[in-house]
Formats: sequence, C-alpha cells, structure tokens
Amino acid sequence: MSAAADAPLADTRRRAVRRQALSVGLATGAYGISFGALSVASGLSIWQTQALSLLLFSGGSQFAVVGVLGAGGGGAAAVATSTLLGVRNGLYGLQTSRFLGVAGWRRLAAAQLTIDESTAVGVAQPERPAQRLGFWVTGVAVFLGWNLMTLVGAVVGNAIGDPRTYGLDAAAAAAFAALLWPRLRGGDAAATGVLAAFVALLTSPVLPAGVPVILAALAAVAVGLAPPPRRRGVAR
Amino acid sequence: MSTWTTVLLSCAAAFGLKLAGYLVPAAWVEGERRSRVVALLPVALLTALVTVQTLVGDGGSLVLDARLAGLAVAVGLLLLRANFLVVVAGAALTAGLLRAIGWS
Repeated sequence: MSAAADAPLADTRRRAVRRQALSVGLATGAYGISFGALSVASGLSIWQTQALSLLLFSGGSQFAVVGVLGAGGGGAAAVATSTLLGVRNGLYGLQTSRFLGVAGWRRLAAAQLTIDESTAVGVAQPERPAQRLGFWVTGVAVFLGWNLMTLVGAVVGNAIGDPRTYGLDAAAAAAFAALLWPRLRGGDAAATGVLAAFVALLTSPVLPAGVPVILAALAAVAVGLAPPPRRRGVAR
Repeated sequence: MSTWTTVLLSCAAAFGLKLAGYLVPAAWVEGERRSRVVALLPVALLTALVTVQTLVGDGGSLVLDARLAGLAVAVGLLLLRANFLVVVAGAALTAGLLRAIGWS
C-alpha cells in the first residue's frame, strides 16, 4: 500500500463507496424480515429472535439456529451448525483487521460487524480510506436494516412474502460478483476465485451446507503459497 | 438445552470467532506468502459463496435456475461496465421476472 493510497478520499469516491454500501445494506436488510418471521414460526420468542440478530448478527448462522430448532433438532446441533458457518467471519477478520487498524472498543465493534457484506465492500476498494469507509458503512447499514427488519418479521410476520419473488437472492449474488469483479480480471485473485468455485461446486453434494465454502479457503492457501515462478501476477 | 441457552451460546461462539480474526498475532500473518494467503481469503470465500448461492440447490446438487440467469445478466452488465446499482437491479429484475412467468 503506497503513501498516496492513504490520502483522503475525493468526494466522488466517497459517494460511490457509500452508494455501494447502502445498496448492499438495503438488499441484505430485506432478508431480515424472512429471518424474523421464520424464527418466530420455528418457536423462538420475539426476544430470542431479536437477540440472534443483535448478538449473533450473521445471516447464515442465524438461519441455521432457527432451522435446526424448528426441525426439532437439539440445542447442541443448532450451536454446532451455527458456529461452523461462523468460521468464515473469523477468516475475514484476518484481512479486515489489517486495513481497519482498530483497537479497544472499536475492535469489538469491528469484529461484530465482520460479515460477508462488510468484508466484500471493504476489500473491493483499492485505497485504504475507502476500504475502511466501505467496511464501516456497510456493516452499520446491514446491522440497522437487518435488526429493524427482523423485528418487523417477528412481530407482523412475513409481510413481503418470499424475497426470492423479487429476485433479492440474485441481487445479493450479483452484488458480491460486482464487488469481486475488478479483482477477478487476472492474476492470483482470478486463479483463487476459479479454484474456490470448483471446490465449492464439487464438494456441495457430499458435505453439509456451509462446509464447502469454508473448504474453499484452501484455494487461497494453495494460490498464496505457490512458489513465485508459477504465479503470473500479484494480488495487489 | 433451553432455547435461551442455545441462542446465547450460538451468539457467544459467533462473536468469539469474529473476534479471533482480530486477535491473531500479527506475526502469524506477516511475511510475503502468508500475507498473500490472508489477502486472498475473502476472494476465495466470497467466490465460493456466490457459486453456492447461484448454482447449488437443496441437498447440495447442481441446479440451473433463475438465480443463474440473474448472475449471467449481472456478468453481462459488468462486461459493459455498468454502474453497480444497475448490475444489482438487473440481476434482481431478471430473476424476479423469470419466476413471475413461472420458470423456477
């Protein structure tokens, strides 16, 4: 990271990063209503539902908890499945902690906000101030939207119906793709992405949901540790 | 285990994992190769996530449906250098419309 990359952001860049962050927050927040409704339907109280969105704050893990409990599974199985899905947040933290440079209570806040969306918007930015701005704005936007919509879903039920009707699942995938896009055009990141996609696809039929994505982390290890002569580019 | 115990244990484990990423000693992730691996981790995880979100159905099998059509439109728009919001909205519209006319 060069010194120039630490220079303050121009207003146009600042606005562009905010726009990305807020649109990701909006699309993700809408899913909170599904979670709130499903959680109450699975037998959790409104307070338990809200506690998951406030304290666990990781969509995949939250759906896993209420899914296992709703299907009559035990608490241990619910905690185990949820925790397995949470491993990727820990792996994100290795990288986000490096560009956020946080300590004290800010480190606790950053850790709680470390999820797919905030990480994706953060690492997608080329300059460090934009990485920080993207991470924080996305994290806070998703946190507020997700918790508000969880409450709505828990109290009034699933008022908007299946989010897939509006293509919100495709919107989420497209947002991640758009954020990854500039880095996938060549070099180590592209090789990592292709390898990770193959690992996830090939192992999905035989492994429990969530595990293939974590296993795909090995793609980063394989490409990152490959001896330099075999690499054709450098990941930034 | 009571529901509250399950909820709070899940929350504690999730936060512990998130925080662990921030507490790993810097020395463990320094050096050229380790640093490269750490920088590539989000790319690997997020690409795998998009792949699973787009192509994997219930039970882990490969499913080609409106999700893939949405992503294909998104990639097309990205190739045309479309604005972020246009890409996201294009994918949502495609998937939503295909489902509205009854295609998966």
